[in-house]
Amino acid sequence: MAGKKPRVKIPKSVAAGDIITIKTLISHKMESGQRKDKEGNAIPRDIINHFEAAYNGQVVFSVDIDPAVSANPYIEFATRIDEAGTFTMKWTDDAGEVTEHTQDVSLKG
Amino acid sequence: MNNSRRALLCSTAAAAATAFFGVSGRVLASMEDVDKMIAEFGGGAVVEEAGPLQLTTPEIAENGNSVPVSFVVDSPMTDDEYVVSVMIMASDNPSPDVATFHFTPASGLAKASTRMRLARTQDVVAVAKTNSGQLFKVSNNVKVTIGGCGG
Repeated sequence: MAGKKPRVKIPKSVAAGDIITIKTLISHKMESGQRKDKEGNAIPRDIINHFEAAYNGQVVFSVDIDPAVSANPYIEFATRIDEAGTFTMKWTDDAGEVTEHTQDVSLKG
Repeated sequence: MNNSRRALLCSTAAAAATAFFGVSGRVLASMEDVDKMIAEFGGGAVVEEAGPLQLTTPEIAENGNSVPVSFVVDSPMTDDEYVVSVMIMASDNPSPDVATFHFTPASGLAKASTRMRLARTQDVVAVAKTNSGQLFKVSNNVKVTIGGCGG
């Protein structure tokens, strides 16, 4: 699915040892597979089924997502930051397509 | 006249909601399914009520398509003692599973938020599992007023 540009909000300045909250949002219709079209045919399921966030290569948080998560899934989570580094976030959909977003975190001072 | 118009509006909205979730004539999930899932999730361990787990949901959700849900587990999140995963379920949806969140000690804080779909007024259940296998469960009732016709 084209145009799945994620939006990720990470605090700009972080001190070592801080626990920060990260907010993510990605455009996706999250077709549940429960709906039917006008002819009564089931609309096939098409959702983002997995989200994963890694910091400096180590996975810190992940979610197994089921069809009951709303369209344009919003996920908020926390991470403790001990050193400057890079977040890599991955959204995987039913077709196996992965949307990736990386963002650097720099420390205060 | 006015009354029947209102009734028509309501039934249309309800039909639209039913069409969206496709729940008509289908067996919805039940608390038994939820209990089954918890048993699978926790490997049969004893489930304690509440404890350090806090689940936040709205009392009344006007739009069942996007209901905010968040939780936090009071845990030191060290290598010795941390929350492994938290599972969110909706007892009366076509399928009870909503999402399962996995944490590591590097998460720092076992909390997360998302938005979920609710087919109708029902209980939202969260279960947290710690690295030592302890289970904590919280259940919140959410009233869903799809189409504004009361749930």
